[in-house]
Amino acid sequence: MSKFDEARQDPEDTKPDLARRRFFGTAAAAAAAATMVPGLSILPASARSPAEPVSDERRWGMLVDVNKCAEGCTACVDACHEENGVTHHGRPTTDPYWIRKVKLRDRMTNREYSMPLLCQHCEKPPCVDVCPTGASFRRADGIVLVDKHICIGCRYCMMACPYKARSFIHEPTTDQKPDVPRGKGTVESCTFCVHRVDAGGDQQPACAEACQAEGHEALVFGDLRDPESRLYRLLTEISSRQLREDLALNTGVRYHGI
Amino acid sequence: MTVRLLSRLGIGLAWLVLLAAAPLGVAAGDNPLLPTIVPGKGDKCVEPTDVMRRDHMEFILHQRDETMHRGIRTTRHSLKECIECHVQTDDQGNYIPINDPQQFCSSCHTYASVKMDCFQCHATTPEQK
Repeated sequence: MSKFDEARQDPEDTKPDLARRRFFGTAAAAAAAATMVPGLSILPASARSPAEPVSDERRWGMLVDVNKCAEGCTACVDACHEENGVTHHGRPTTDPYWIRKVKLRDRMTNREYSMPLLCQHCEKPPCVDVCPTGASFRRADGIVLVDKHICIGCRYCMMACPYKARSFIHEPTTDQKPDVPRGKGTVESCTFCVHRVDAGGDQQPACAEACQAEGHEALVFGDLRDPESRLYRLLTEISSRQLREDLALNTGVRYHGI
Repeated sequence: MTVRLLSRLGIGLAWLVLLAAAPLGVAAGDNPLLPTIVPGKGDKCVEPTDVMRRDHMEFILHQRDETMHRGIRTTRHSLKECIECHVQTDDQGNYIPINDPQQFCSSCHTYASVKMDCFQCHATTPEQK
């Protein structure tokens, strides 16, 4: 039954006319099919209520189109650090980076690529394997996180990560965002803006949103298990690679154009 | 020996003064030794007051694991929601950090001699609008 049906239901009529309802149901489906872009759903098929735990019915992922990533643009990095309250102290070697821009150069052709590097949200994350306390963990929906309540700051995960995706907080923190607690002595990394993901709707991580706002659309976020999602459709249409695919980590972030 | 005796006497005297003052109904605001408890927003807390006084940390601890590991974002027992209700604003309408000495969390924890480390990581005010 769609909302379309309910709106037309006479409130005093307790017994719905099923034939009428079926007609409107079909009409609504036909109208939706005609107006919507195929494969692009406006809302997730089943939005999760705040009381419902995450499940492995979804796996969040991202496609980075390196051809669309503009050199010199740092919109994703800036948006990420603004959203998550990540601050720097002018010490580039130890300052936290949840997402960074890297430049690759082909030694033969001298062609340069610019691309963002973030936590790859692996299916088999090395950071989780090495964590001695269980602070580093992978959520059922594929997002790899640090539980800072039980992180002891040993930084094994930082050494294990092949992507240099994790940072250690060396300084006392102030002015944190209410949704993003951060504290000295713990390790942190990209969370796919988990507070936004959990809020549901059509919210996407701050980096993807900023990239879209800049008009590049190099970052597409979505559900790797939903055949209706834009991400899934793109991954079936264009070629993509995992970084360090030789490690067989089955990353949630894929790259096109490298 | 005499020094120790004198200091003991001093402590004893201090207790006497305190005990004498307590039944006289010294307002919390006047006596810096008593916690300042300002009522939060709304009619009542999410649980009865006596339950909250004793067990609030259990609720927060449980909710912390539910949210962190299972993505459950109900607000009833979340620390963020505690702060939303109990935070105060100054004359300019800016939020006062909840862990400032005379604010809701700190004044009671100081009184009870309990150190809390929530705010080494967690924001002490709601998002400033």
